[in-house]
Amino acid sequence: MSARVGVVLFPGTNCELDVMWAVEQLGGTAELLWHGDDTTNNVDAVVVPGGFAHGDYLRTGAIARFSPVMNAVAEHARAGGPVVGICNGFQVLCEAHLLPGALQKNAGAKFLCQTVELRVETTSTVLTNRAHVGDVLRVPINHFEGNYVCDGATLAQLRSDDRIVVRYVRNPNGSLDDIAGICNEGRNVVGLMPHPERASDTVLGSADGVVLLESLLTAAAGRATLPA
Amino acid sequence: MPAFHAHVEVTHLPGIADPAGATVERALPALGYTNVSQLHIGKTIRLVVDAPDGDAARRQVEEMCERLLANPVIEAYAVTIMEPVA
Repeated sequence: MSARVGVVLFPGTNCELDVMWAVEQLGGTAELLWHGDDTTNNVDAVVVPGGFAHGDYLRTGAIARFSPVMNAVAEHARAGGPVVGICNGFQVLCEAHLLPGALQKNAGAKFLCQTVELRVETTSTVLTNRAHVGDVLRVPINHFEGNYVCDGATLAQLRSDDRIVVRYVRNPNGSLDDIAGICNEGRNVVGLMPHPERASDTVLGSADGVVLLESLLTAAAGRATLPA
Repeated sequence: MPAFHAHVEVTHLPGIADPAGATVERALPALGYTNVSQLHIGKTIRLVVDAPDGDAARRQVEEMCERLLANPVIEAYAVTIMEPVA
């Protein structure tokens, strides 16, 4: 049975169909998880996709964190289930304290919509288990608040625990230590600003995001074979 | 129960970039204002809270700041509680 990936839909989310399309292209099964339902429907992996959840009111991700589905996502994460937050989803996971730090407005005060190069820094996560350390991937970014910040102790911890998952080759937004994505201590929750689903077919200009989504499907499939 | 008007000012923590403020500061010299520095753009949140007294109102608003109104990772907040109008 193919891995089941739940894609969270908040009011204002706008990348859910892209993620579902990419997951299904790669042989997974995708289903929407409505933000108002306190369940992940027992999916094998959860993606919190990009967009403007709850209009980004107050701060990006600040209101989304309180949606009922986030309790179920946190429970899924605590049980070791794979969770990936992309762009606005990364911001939501930070506000929900599933990942440390926060995402601040880009240095230069510009919305950035461009393809950037990412360097894979660790393969011991649910998003990079099929990649190689040092791989350089061309993946689009599309954000205003992508400038990762955290306190010094947190950064030291992220570095010493090998939890910086991907770095920008050329930092586009002022992000601390060139961070494009990080993971939690359990390495099953990953947040990143770039959009792998938008680099999932050569017709889109790059298929470099495929290895990341395949990694997620691998992690999800491993879970699907575990007894419930 | 008295109704206390509260003003919450949310600002960036020291060391956190304020690109909007920096951009506005750079624009002012074009209008001839060349003597402006340390420009900062934050947020003001105004609300009314029913509470037995001003201290209780302040405690609740500060708790709301910690839990939702500000993100302590990147933001500081200052709460002002007004005397209730009779």
